[in-house]
This record gives sequence, structure tokens and C-alpha cells, in this order.
Amino acid sequence: MTDVEKRQDRSPVPTDWTYAPAPESTSILTIEERYGLYIGGEWQKAKEHFTTISPRDESPLAEVAQASEADVHDAVAAARTAFKTWSKLPGAERSKYMFRIARILAERAREFAVLESLNGGKPIKESRDVDLPLAAAHFFYYAGWADKLEYAFPNRTPQPLGVCGQIIPWNFPMLMLAWKIAPALAAGNSVVLKPAETTPLTALLFCDVLRQAGLPAGVVNIVTGDGSTGAALVDSDVDKIAFTGSTQVGKAIQRRLAGTEKKLTLELGGKAANIVFDDCAIDQTVEGIVNGIYFNQGHVCCAGSRLFVQESIYEPVIAKLKQRMATLRIGDPLDKNTDVGAINSREQLTRIEELVEAGKEEGAEIYQPPCRLPEQGYWFAPTVFTNVAQSARIAQEEIFGPVLSVLTFRTPEEAVEKANNTPYGLSAGVWTEKGSRILWMAERLRAGVVWANTFNRFDPTSPFGGYKESGFGREGGLHGMEPYLTFDAAETFGG
Amino acid sequence: MPRLPVKKTYKLFIGGAFPRSESGRTYEAQEQNVALASRKDVRDAVQAARSGQPKWASATAYNRGQVLYRVAEMMEARLSEFAGLCSGKEEVERAIDRWVWYAGFADKLTQVLGSTNPVAGPYFNFTIPEPTGVVGIVAPDEPALLGLVSRIAPAITGGNAVVVLASETQPLAAIELAEVLATSDVPGGLVNILTGKRAELAPWLASHMDVNAIDLTGADGLRADLERAAADNVKRVVLGKPDTQSLYEISAFLELKTVWHPIGV
Repeated sequence: MTDVEKRQDRSPVPTDWTYAPAPESTSILTIEERYGLYIGGEWQKAKEHFTTISPRDESPLAEVAQASEADVHDAVAAARTAFKTWSKLPGAERSKYMFRIARILAERAREFAVLESLNGGKPIKESRDVDLPLAAAHFFYYAGWADKLEYAFPNRTPQPLGVCGQIIPWNFPMLMLAWKIAPALAAGNSVVLKPAETTPLTALLFCDVLRQAGLPAGVVNIVTGDGSTGAALVDSDVDKIAFTGSTQVGKAIQRRLAGTEKKLTLELGGKAANIVFDDCAIDQTVEGIVNGIYFNQGHVCCAGSRLFVQESIYEPVIAKLKQRMATLRIGDPLDKNTDVGAINSREQLTRIEELVEAGKEEGAEIYQPPCRLPEQGYWFAPTVFTNVAQSARIAQEEIFGPVLSVLTFRTPEEAVEKANNTPYGLSAGVWTEKGSRILWMAERLRAGVVWANTFNRFDPTSPFGGYKESGFGREGGLHGMEPYLTFDAAETFGG
Repeated sequence: MPRLPVKKTYKLFIGGAFPRSESGRTYEAQEQNVALASRKDVRDAVQAARSGQPKWASATAYNRGQVLYRVAEMMEARLSEFAGLCSGKEEVERAIDRWVWYAGFADKLTQVLGSTNPVAGPYFNFTIPEPTGVVGIVAPDEPALLGLVSRIAPAITGGNAVVVLASETQPLAAIELAEVLATSDVPGGLVNILTGKRAELAPWLASHMDVNAIDLTGADGLRADLERAAADNVKRVVLGKPDTQSLYEISAFLELKTVWHPIGV
């Protein structure tokens, strides 16, 4: 390169885009060798334990308690005792405990983010910039409701339910913990929460936040374990079950609670349609498609996993999408440059692989950008299937991985028809620059959340939840308070 | 010689028409022969409800309010007939007033139940209530008329279509109500009413994969089994009250949809 070229910055285009490693340090963490159960504000010993690992390299992180039916019973009893005083506390006092939790979470956010990525496999930039800020914000938002419920429900007498059993998934462990615990506490309930089997560590670290906040013993209890612990919680003496997870397990819980007085909210699976019209802002749309399906490795119940592209713009959209996919950086979740991290578990990886095989067998065309996957750990390259039939398994079943199925349409009516052709109804996306069409589509899409010219946005003030087999009840916003309250006293108005 | 009165044949109400049960069966209730609906009738009724629902939901809220008010007008005209089929005049009057009360809510519930949400970012974000779709109603036996109206009115005020299993022992008020609905500008298929054996029909309604919600107010001892069946497609289960009127009786049959859009130039 000549000096003139250098001055004019006409350096040749580099061919190697490899980034130097930029690992986030784990020195901020202290992980115990073995964890007990957090019951009644104390660590209780468990009889059995299992090893929790990091999906990035399958290395063991800690021994975690496998709570038995008796342990769950103890946790519910502790919550029942705590409920008596917690529910009588003035709302303003409950509120201040929750503000404390929000503040401490924000202060210790990096520690939580590193642990979240280590235990769950999600990229540090997502746990750092999305999960943890939102989790803290969620506590802050609901803290303010605790002493203002009479404004949320005018003419009603909101009362807490009692003990809430909460079962959360592994895709957003801390965020789901916040979505569950925050409104429950604001309402005056006590909680027994079961984190997901593969991602228990941040919930266990959260117990230390509760200690620092001085939350009265037993108001929040954390019991770790597998599905049998969850089932024991469903069957226990709780007043409400809140579950986020698969539709299959959600149905099993609904059956199990049939005929009981326990309240239930379910936030289940999805197969969201992300609909692209030919008048969309194409680059913005491609970013939205990528964010819709490759965010958090596609381990997102509201992921935009069915892409519907209007035929007239199909080729440029797919070309740009493939181009963009090739720039995604897949690898160490703790690397600050990583876009797509590790698949959460071997079990989930197997499920993704099985469905991708089914996609190939059913005749869809597969594309994966050239990328080097680490040798250890659980990995799956970002994948897009084109030429997908409506009836194909990859167009009907939730894959819960970085796998996009592309279908096409000609008219808005056809897009609506195809988008709604699913038992799910959690979310949907629409990309068009035409305002009236956005509202027309939003009106017709049978989904609890519609993102127009954006995707995968979340906020504590924004109600989230599904239609149809994606569940019932809302989390977030004023509407998210209702499932944690009872209004049984005098509900007839106007005579 | 006194004139011999013309007796009514009590039939089902499906898709705006009055068919006999496809099974050809009847049973005796309140000293009348009443159609004994079958599983196939349940399925036909669900299909009619599914096709009738979108038009009703897309009508303007003002229009829906007017149609519901019209039901009250039509009932008022038949007050004495209804009085003979339930506990009496007072129950009919309360049922009529209940329609009027719900009619007035059709164009208000979105404002009361919806919200705009101040998200922390450059987005406009709002939440609106929408009908859940097709609602199955297992109507209570008592009060025969008011209990029925108290369950149907909130569901359709919210924009849903309904399939109702009328009281097994006191079904005549339900058929009388069907005749009112048929002459009240209520679109065909919006309300479908079946008479028959609750224990025979309710399981088919509760397990039907194209029913979005089920109201078990009149399910009594069947409740646990019906709730279990309802889980097959994650139905919303509503345990309402047989004599109440409330915004929250409407909202029990509603979904909440949240829409996001960026704000920018």
C-alpha cells in the first residue's frame, strides 16, 4: 500500500473477518460446590443432588439439590407461614422490599449475566444487555404496584391468593424468575419457585439478593430439581400455579389441576409467523428476521420461526438473509462478540437435530452459513429452510432452536390465513411501510403479541402471553397483576 | 266448544335455523317433548359458531350494542310467555334488564380493559381485548332464564360466538330465547342452543378442538372431568356465577393482544 493510499484509507478489503477473542471474565463469580434448597430463608440440605454443567463445554459447575416431595412440602409450608405476615404488610412496605431487590439486581447485574451465560449458554451480550436489565426493571415496575392496586382495579377489592407455585423454563432463567416473582410479591403472595433443571444457578444466586434485601424468611423459597419436583409442586398445597414451558407439559398441568380450586396461568409454546410484505424496509426487515429467530439460539417461545415472504420480494429477502447469516458469530457464550451461543442441553440439541432431519426428509432445502462450531459442548449452526410446505413438521412444530422455516404468500388475506394456521398463538411479526396494512394485519393475527416493524421486544409494562394453545393469562403490565389476585368479594354491579 | 291450542314443537337452534336433532331423538321435560341433541349436533353447532363469529366480531362495537339492545326489546314483547317458563315475571324483567346492561358495555369494554403501555424505548405499544372465539356454555339449571342470559350475554358482548347446552330439566326458556334471538338481528350461528342430556353432550363440547373456552357454571358434578377434557387444546375454563352482571364476566372470555410499533421519522 502506498502512503497516498494509506492516507486516503483505501486499504484493500480484508478477507479474514475473525475477531480476536474477547472473553468476559468469570472471576466475578463465586460458585459453591454444592447447593441446598432455599426454604424459609435458610439453606436446607437435600438428600440427592445432580450436577449442573455449562453447555458451552459440558464442564461441571456445581452440585444442585434434587428436591423431593417432602422438600417441596416443607417449602410450601414455609411459604404458607410467611404469607400470614407478608400479606398483612402495608403495600408500601412490600413495595420497598421489591425496590431493594430491583436495585441490588441492577448493582450485581454483571455477576448474574456471567453466571447466566455460563450455565445456560446464551451470549453474554444478551444476558448483559437484555435479560438482566429487564429482570431488574421488572422488579422495579411491579414494586410500584404493591401499594396502588386500588387504582389498577377500581371498584374491586383485590386480595392476594396465598402461596404461588411457579415453574420456569431454561431459556431466560432470571428474566422468567422476575416475571413470576415480581407480580406475585406485589400482590402480597408468597412464592415457591422451581427453576429449570438445566439452569438453576442464577435462581440460587438470587437467594443472596433476597438475603441482602432483608426479605422476610419464607416469602420466596427456591427448590431445584427435575420434572418430578415440578409435579410435586403442582400437586402440593399451593393456591396458584404459574408455569412457563412447553405446551405438552402445560396441558399435563391443566389436567392435573382439573376440579381443584388452584388458579392457573400458562405461558406455553409458539410458532410465530413473521410476515414480510414487498413494501418493507428490506435491510431493517432482514435484521428483524435474524433477531426474530437467532436471538438466544432460537430458544424463545415467541421466536419468529415461520417466515412468510410475499412472493414478489422473495428472492432479495432470502439472498440478503443468507448474506446476513454468514456474518453471525457462533461460539463461546462468554465472548463479548458472540451472536449465537450454545444450545442449552444435549436433550434440546437432539430435538433440534431430529426436526432438522425431518425437514430435509420432507423435501425442504436447507442452508447453513459456513461456520466453525466448537468441538466440545452443544452447538447448532443457524439454519434456514426454504421450499417448506405448510404441512411440514418444521412449519407446524416448535423447534426451539436456531432454525427458520420460510414460506411464501401473495395477498394479505393469504398471509393471515397461513399465519393463523397453527394451534399456537403467542406472537407474530409484520413488516410493511404501510400503516393501514399494519393495523389490518394486527387486527387479524391470532396472537397475544404483534410486533410491527420490530421483533422480540419486551418490557415490564407490556403484557405478554398467548392465544389458543400458547396458554392463558398475561405477564407484564397492569394486566399481569390480575392472575395473582382474587376478587371474589361482591362482584356484581349495577343491580 | 273451547278452541284447541296449537302446541309448539321444541327444536334445537343451530346456525340461525331450528333443526330437530339429527339423531331424531326427543325427551320429555317441563311436560313437553324436547329435542335430545347428539354428539353430531354438538359438532354442527360448533361449526356454525365458528363460521358466525368473525362477522360479529368485526361489526362495529356500536352496532353490536344495538343488536344486543334489540334482544331486550324482543324479550319485552314476550314477557308473559317467558314468565310461564321460569320463576315468573320478576325473573324475566331482570333478564331483560341484564341484556340492556350488557348492550351498553359493547362499546366501552375496550376502553376499560385496554391500555397504552409506556415501554422504555422508542415504541408505541398498546393492549386491546379481543374475543377468544367460540365459547361452549354449560348453562345452569337455576334460574332457568336469568341463569342462561347471565352466561350468554357477557360472552357475546365480548364478540364471541357460543354453543349453549341448555338446562336439562328446564330447557323451554332456552328455546323461547332462541326464538327471540332469531328475530333480533343476532347473526345466524352466533348463538347456538342445544337441549339434551348434559352428561352426554358436555364432554364432547369440552373436548372439541375448535372451541376456545368453556363456561362450566352449570356443570355441577361433571366439572373435574370437563376441565380435564378442556386441557386437550388449552381451553380457557370459566366458572361463572348463575346470576351476576359484571365487566369481568365479559373479560373472562377475552384475550389481550399487545401491539408494538417503532416511533421514528
